[in-house]
Formats: sequence, structure tokens, C-alpha cells
Amino acid sequence: MNLPEALKYTKEHEWIKLENGVAVIGITDFAQGELGELVYVEVDTVGERIEKDEVFGTIEAVKTTSDLFMPVTGKIIEFNKELDENEGDNPGLINSDPYGDGWIVKIEIENSEDLEDLLDATAYQDLIE
Amino acid sequence: MKSTGLTQIHIDLGARMAEFAGYNMPISYTTIMEEHNSVRESVGVFDVSHMGEFIIKGKEALNLVQQVTSNDAATLEIGEAQYSCLPNNQGGIIDDLIVYRLSEDQCAEGEQAYMLVVNASNIEKDFNWIKAHNKFDTRLINISDQTSLLAIQGPQAVQVVQQLTEINLSAIKFYSFQKGSIAGEDNVLISATGYTGSGGLELYVRNDQVLRLWKALFEVGQAYAIRPIGLGARDTLRLEMGYCLYGNDISDTTSPLEAGLGWITKLGKDDFNGKEAILSLKEQGLSRRLVGFKINDRRVPRHDYPIIADGKEIGVVTSGTLSPSLGIPIGMGYVKWRYRKPGTNLFIQAGKKLLEAEVVKLPFYKKS
Repeated sequence: MNLPEALKYTKEHEWIKLENGVAVIGITDFAQGELGELVYVEVDTVGERIEKDEVFGTIEAVKTTSDLFMPVTGKIIEFNKELDENEGDNPGLINSDPYGDGWIVKIEIENSEDLEDLLDATAYQDLIE
Repeated sequence: MKSTGLTQIHIDLGARMAEFAGYNMPISYTTIMEEHNSVRESVGVFDVSHMGEFIIKGKEALNLVQQVTSNDAATLEIGEAQYSCLPNNQGGIIDDLIVYRLSEDQCAEGEQAYMLVVNASNIEKDFNWIKAHNKFDTRLINISDQTSLLAIQGPQAVQVVQQLTEINLSAIKFYSFQKGSIAGEDNVLISATGYTGSGGLELYVRNDQVLRLWKALFEVGQAYAIRPIGLGARDTLRLEMGYCLYGNDISDTTSPLEAGLGWITKLGKDDFNGKEAILSLKEQGLSRRLVGFKINDRRVPRHDYPIIADGKEIGVVTSGTLSPSLGIPIGMGYVKWRYRKPGTNLFIQAGKKLLEAEVVKLPFYKKS
């Protein structure tokens, strides 16, 4: 199971990474494996402030639908164009590269202390075993 | 969790496994899309050994089958099969099943024999129900734990299996069967049935034969790019055909008439369980109907999503998926009677979002 040490994780199987003051969010390798091939990613919350644990989007796999939850409170500033149905429309990137090209949104974190509540790679590993 | 004779093979192949009806079953080996397309375009093999099989054998075997099932088993010749259901006394569906009329070479003088193939999740419920109605001179035997089932499905399925037998398989008509030897395994029940809409065969064997048969199929199937298919693609394949899945689309509280299964409900035959309740529902008129719909959105309908029309909730989704063959989301669900016609516009409530939907004629997928 691929679990980069530098990332923080949530119980809802999202990962979050800080990059120059902006946080990038995606779903874990474990999550994409459980969902199977993804066919659609819907994020219509760009520009909105969303609370921690609230839904910011939805992903569709062939078999199941899954909501996407905010790991921390913040404002959605960008949705990955490669996933957007009006642009790249390539949700399979989440399956093939969940921590890289398959990132989902970028957010401005409201309170960086929120990050301390999240799981590190070891704690997330324990959760999925 | 129970295993089939092939569980270890599925694990060794790297399948994603999950519990289904108490069995450890393969959901997919690669991706649902790839597996689905293989069955539509060439050939795939399903281990569906979890399915249940009962033998009904005796002088009054037909009477028992007629008493518990809705279709008319009296029309079956030896070597024929029919789709049917087990109605309860309220006219709901205890299970859907296939009834086979077996040869009588193992029977005593004047006896008949049938095999009933039922859903894995309902084996115990069905067996107890049929047993409770066995007032006849006949025996009911549960052979589920001794029986394995492989479904070889797809346009090239018959060609692949043909290389393993002397029996002329193309002579076996849809919903009929023969017994014979396949890959040196004796006494295989070779049935021209399936749950995919792409043709093929289902092979019933003893548990001790199934691993050898699986290996033989993959050896001769190599030239046809044969692949194992999990329960994930089994669901997308059946849904594209509009076939009901017990527990999703039909249940103890849905009538076969509401589910569009009037064609296997022979109200003209003598008394059978549920006949009165089904007749009375027919007389008073149906209030809802199972329909197929396509979605004009990228979001996919799922079991239990509300169906909306004229600003009101008028039904509920029972099955939904992205259709791998059509590339659009499709689903089935019960709607109030007046919303049942193809062309009717509906909405499906997906969380906060309303998805545009249109009732369409089943099946969704038609062979090109």
C-alpha cells in the first residue's frame, strides 16, 4: 500500500499536503482501490468556504458513489482541470496516480492548527489494516 | 465465511474479494469495465458456485413444483428449463429461480425429477418454505453444498466449451440443457442459460470437478482471450438487460406483476402459493411498476435514491450503475403507475442534486 510519509490523512480516506501555503487534497491509494475505476468527479464548490468534515464534492465509481469531505476548514480555490468534465474529464487519474496527477482540489486553509488533528501515515496505515 | 471450490484460485489471481451471501466471492479481477466488455465482445467465466440447487424427485414432484412456483412447470419437457418465482401467500416474491426438468433415468417407475436453482442469499429461506409445502409424495434434497456452477458467457462462449466436448453444443437451445462429459468430467449439466444477455452456457458440476473444469476452460480459452469475471461485472451486465436482482429489484413485498414478471406468473394454472393475492392485486389494479430509466447527467443513480416527478416523490431507485456498454448512467426503480411509460420525464434525487431521467424500454442494451 502506497502511503507517502509527507502527507496527512483522514478517516474518510482523503490525504492533504501543504505546498507553499496552499493545501492539496485527494483520496488515498487504498480508497481508489476500494472504489474501483472512477468514472466521474463532481466538484461545484470552487470559491466556497467549507467547514471541516462537510462535503465538497462527489466521486462516482461504476459500483458506488462516494462523497468527498473537507479534511480541514477552508476555501476551495481550484478543482483539478484534468478531472473536470468540461476540461480533461479524466477521473481515471485518481486510480492511476492518487497522490500526484489525481489530486482533486486545492484549498486555502483557514486555521493551520486543524492539520494537527489529522492522521500521519502510520496512524492511517493502522486504520485500514 | 464459506468458500467455493475456486476461492483460492480467485485470491491467487489477485481478485478483490468480498463477502456475498455468506461466501467469500470475487468482485473483480482487473476492472469491472474490462470484464464487462470481455463478456459483451468475447468470453468470460464466472464462478457462481454460491448459487443454491435443490432436487425435487418423486411420483408427485410436478405437484410440488407447481404448488410453490408461479410459472407453469407442466409445460416443461425433459431437458428444458424455465425462469420462475416462488411467491409468498401475500403475493410477494420469496425468490426468483430456474426450474429444470431432469431426465428420469435415475428415477423409479412413475417418478419425475426437477432441479430448482435459487439465489445464494435465500437458500435456507427457500428450502424451509418449499419443505413446509411438501404435502406430496416427493422428496426435496438440498445439493447446494455439493454443487459448483460455472457460467461461461459471451458470443464466443459456446465455441470455447465446444473444444472440450463431443456434444454438439450449438444444438442446445436457449433455456434447455443436456447432461454429458466436458473436459473428461462426467455428468456435467450443460445449460444454455445465463444472466448477462450475451449468450453462453452454465455448467453444473460436483465440487470435486470444478477446479479441473476451470483449468481446462482457461487452457482452451486462451486463444479467445478468456478471462475470469467477478460479481461487479455480473451486476452491470444483468442491469443493462433489465434483469431483476433479488433483494434489490424484487423482494418479499414486491409483486411479480409490479416487477414486470407477469410473463412467468401463470394465473391460469391450478392453485399455487400466492395465486389469490396476485389475482386480487390484478383485479384492483397495480399502483406501481418497475421501470428502466436513463440519466441525462454524469451522476449515477443508486439503490434507495428517491424518484421525483411533478415536485413529489413518486418512487424509489432499486438498481443503478454506469452502463459500460452505453457509457451513460442507467437504473431501475418502482414508480407510481401513471409514470411508467417510456418517454416519461423523471428526476432522481442524488443527495441535494436532482438528476434528469427518462423512462426507457428494457433492455437497455441490445445486441448490435
